[in-house]
Amino acid sequence: MKAIVCVKQVPDTSGKVAVNPDGTLNRASMAAIINPDDKSALEAALQLKDNTGCEVVVVTMGPPPAEGMLRELLAMGADRAVLVSAREFGGSDTYATSQILAAAINKIGLESDDVVFCGRQAIDGDTAQVGPQIAEKLHLPQITYVAGVEKVEAGKVVCRRELEDGYMMIETATPCVLTCLKEMNEARYMSVSGIMECYAKPMEVFNYETLKDDPLIQIDTIGLKGSPTNIFKSFTPPQKGVGMMMEGADKATCAKLAGILAGKHII
Amino acid sequence: MDFVLSKEQQMARALFREFAENEVKPLAEEVDETERFPEETVEKMAKLGMLGIYFPKKYGGAGADVLTYAMCVEELSKVCGTTGVIVSAHTSLCCAPIYEHGTEEQKMKYLPKLCSGEWIGAFGLTEPNAGTDASGQQTTAVLEGDHYVLNGSKIFITNAGYAQVFVVFAMTDSCAGNHGISAFIVERDFPGFSVGKHEKKMGIKGSSTCELIMEDCIVPKENLLGQVGKGFKIAMQTLDGGRIGIASQALGLGEGAVDEAIAYTKERVQFGRRISQFQNTQFQLADMHTRMQAAQFLVYSAAMKKEAHVPYSMDAAMAKLFAAEAASDVTRRAVQLFGGYGYTREYPVERMMRDAKITEIYEGTSEVQRMVIASALGVK
Repeated sequence: MKAIVCVKQVPDTSGKVAVNPDGTLNRASMAAIINPDDKSALEAALQLKDNTGCEVVVVTMGPPPAEGMLRELLAMGADRAVLVSAREFGGSDTYATSQILAAAINKIGLESDDVVFCGRQAIDGDTAQVGPQIAEKLHLPQITYVAGVEKVEAGKVVCRRELEDGYMMIETATPCVLTCLKEMNEARYMSVSGIMECYAKPMEVFNYETLKDDPLIQIDTIGLKGSPTNIFKSFTPPQKGVGMMMEGADKATCAKLAGILAGKHII
Repeated sequence: MDFVLSKEQQMARALFREFAENEVKPLAEEVDETERFPEETVEKMAKLGMLGIYFPKKYGGAGADVLTYAMCVEELSKVCGTTGVIVSAHTSLCCAPIYEHGTEEQKMKYLPKLCSGEWIGAFGLTEPNAGTDASGQQTTAVLEGDHYVLNGSKIFITNAGYAQVFVVFAMTDSCAGNHGISAFIVERDFPGFSVGKHEKKMGIKGSSTCELIMEDCIVPKENLLGQVGKGFKIAMQTLDGGRIGIASQALGLGEGAVDEAIAYTKERVQFGRRISQFQNTQFQLADMHTRMQAAQFLVYSAAMKKEAHVPYSMDAAMAKLFAAEAASDVTRRAVQLFGGYGYTREYPVERMMRDAKITEIYEGTSEVQRMVIASALGVK
């Protein structure tokens, strides 16, 4: 059994967000961090390792400096890392990214009791698309918005799926994809001994050559050419104005409120 | 001297900084106010391998190096001097002498539990009448069959209230002076051993500083540490290493005060200007940072020499002397920059100033460091 964890290095948006003149994110001027949802996904995988002794493999797609993040994940307890990195993969949107990551997971090898952990969404794009797309492309069952991995038994996983107005307990067969919420746990720190070991742990680089024989990898399914997303305009939305407050429980106030709502075609 | 940190050391520093910021800083004020030993923090540090940083994995250590250990104490002390000294005393004064002078059996018995934090360690040298003059030991150890019987008391023992293992010094031959002192590994549960009065201190209030009492304390013969009569040498060598820990604590305290003062002076407005805009503030902070940077070079240099197994006694003494005096000076200046607010317990700089003072006193006063340095220079 193994847990494959997909992670993304993202700009830290908790501080000042730097934007280029063309409206795109100025990644170079912002600190790079591990995407918070992905960190919790790794913690969930490491807890599975604590309980079952399974292997934990971390995968990221990014430029060569992303190795630093992978070493941190190895220092937290992951067993091996895969850096998916090639010029051909640059400019990929979520469709192309999931195409490449799915091929990388194929290359790592999926066995019947494996679980693929992803974060729900990355804080830079906020799409929440890559995890589900990986599942579709690998023809795997998926549970999104996972707030807790309740049970992992031979061939099945039970998760708590958190929704806005409640939760669902879902059981699915393995191999499967889970997309995790950062609220599901508090990710552990690296350990000092983990840091001392992390550069000795295996780290493979999957480039275009490594993955090109996978049917998912075609020149028009990866990189900029394989990305159907087009950004027409990027802008900072105007700040919302102050809302209108009405006080009183009398008929006149209610009638006035109903009038306003009707005027806006809300009711 | 090359101070470019390895990738592992950079990662470790990032870990210590994040841990200090998230886990230690939020408790520092309360730990000081209530004089509470932060047991929960010690437990967390143990899980991360921070209680046996530079010991081999074979003995349960993290397999890192002395500089990484120094950086750990430094980063912890930036936000809490109490937490810094807990790690320093445990590592330098208890784990280190067992690792450096213990038999294989002793190392296998004690180090894994100490490095994992299951047991906390302490060091018992100081006595009511043997402070700076440590050779005046009055605690005695008499061999009776398969065990030693220890009688006497120790004072000002850091970590004592929570420690399970103590490296204790006692006279095995009162006629032989320094050569009559031997070292022992004493467990808290040994018959005749007890922990006495808890000291109320000016600073590092959360650290547990107590008296040790040995009344016909039975210590198995195999718990003799090193050879009979070599205890004074073991104590002095242990303190050489301990000084790197305390110098790191002082370094962190001073650096923490500089960080606080920079942040505060950029916010505080007087005479219509931020006080950081006044040249006096700028010059003060420039001097404070420069002193701490110089201290860091001395501390890191001593740590790297210890790691390289080259003589480092004078380097550790210089590091402790300079870092401790710099920390006292810099924390005092930080209080001055904060003005009246700095004197209140609402801000952390008065705590840092109180915490810094002890670094000029324990594990060898600044005067002792000067003696060590002068002696190493051959100045007699």
